[in-house]
Amino acid sequence: MADKLAFDLVSPERLLLSEKVEMVVLPGEEGDLGVMAGHAPMISQIRQGAICVFEGGAVAQRLYVDGGFAEVTPERCTVIAEMAVPLEDVTVADVDREISDLRDDISIAPNDEVRAALELSLASAEAKRAVVAAPPY
Amino acid sequence: MASLKELKARIASVKSTQRITSAMKMVAAAKLRRAQEMAEASRPYAERMERMLGSLAAGAPVEGAPPMMVGTGKEDVHLFVVVTSDRGLCGGFNGAIARTVRHDIERMRGEGKTVKLMIVGRKGVGLLRREFAKITVGVFEELSKPAPSFDGAATVATKITTMFEDGEFDICTVYYNKFVSVLTQEPTPLQLIPFSAPDAPEDEDEDRAAGAAGPTTAAAVYDFEPEEEKILAALLPRNLRIQILRALQESFASEQGARMTAMDNATRNAGDMISQLSITYNRSRQAQITKELIEIISGAEAL
Repeated sequence: MADKLAFDLVSPERLLLSEKVEMVVLPGEEGDLGVMAGHAPMISQIRQGAICVFEGGAVAQRLYVDGGFAEVTPERCTVIAEMAVPLEDVTVADVDREISDLRDDISIAPNDEVRAALELSLASAEAKRAVVAAPPY
Repeated sequence: MASLKELKARIASVKSTQRITSAMKMVAAAKLRRAQEMAEASRPYAERMERMLGSLAAGAPVEGAPPMMVGTGKEDVHLFVVVTSDRGLCGGFNGAIARTVRHDIERMRGEGKTVKLMIVGRKGVGLLRREFAKITVGVFEELSKPAPSFDGAATVATKITTMFEDGEFDICTVYYNKFVSVLTQEPTPLQLIPFSAPDAPEDEDEDRAAGAAGPTTAAAVYDFEPEEEKILAALLPRNLRIQILRALQESFASEQGARMTAMDNATRNAGDMISQLSITYNRSRQAQITKELIEIISGAEAL
């Protein structure tokens, strides 16, 4: 497998990642899936979780995505996510602080709409915590 | 004729106005550059979203497709989403869009359709709300502060989606000022629900939104996980958000362009006014000196 996969990760605000990689593992809606060059074409929904970029048989980079979609063809893999954060310098303590901040905000939310939006963020932050806490394979 | 002192005061006041307008022009220019960069940055996402949507729509059966794609089968109730600016002093920017919307509302009413209005931006609220208070269903102010964000677009999109699911309208169109150039902005309608094919082929912004099988999609047959319909149902609201974000961004860039032009004109007008006033000031000063001289001379002669 000399071929490499052109992997793109885009969010509405910017193009986060666009590089040739050996393999990526995506948190698919129906289970994690590893994608290498030559994968059968598919479109998959992605749940909240970590995207792992593999280089030389080991994890080179991890990113948290808040759900999204992946389009896979034999040559490339494109993930579009509304929110994606690189996990290199995120620690469990950071996320814990975010979670407690969100809890505080929810307790003083002025109306139901704001509360619902904040609760979504909280669910996302909790998913992120699980990802940060978990070992990278 | 105004006294010298009055003239002096006026010149000073016009000068300070000029200073403000030229500063605003500079600020608008800087913001415009940032707005353009932001629009640039969100383009990859929108392009890939369109590609994915294209591949999905090409394979999806027509009957099973979600109503957001094919419509409700009626065209009775229209929802107009009007994107305006939050701040004034940008020339005919908001007036132009309000005029277009007013005109289209009249036309729709003429055809016996119902129109509902959703206004984004404080200036639009001021212009349209009084006239169309009964049909205004939503108002969003200060969404694009300091700049259009995805969260802001999501707020609008959520509201639209909820309304659509409750069957409150059949067709949704967004009106925004399209950024043609720094000097020109064009009020443009863009149909969001159901997706419509763009009329102009050179319109690269929303091409393939309707899912015409492009060359990229024809080659590959995709596996779907989960089923096509489910992905489509999840993808469509996201596409709505990105289209709205795009409208907000275009409108924001246009606003800065319009403000820049307006402020440039204002600065130039102030300059003209200052030179006019200076001429008057110099003439009356001259006249006064002459008058004083004549008084002295005639006084001396009388002796």
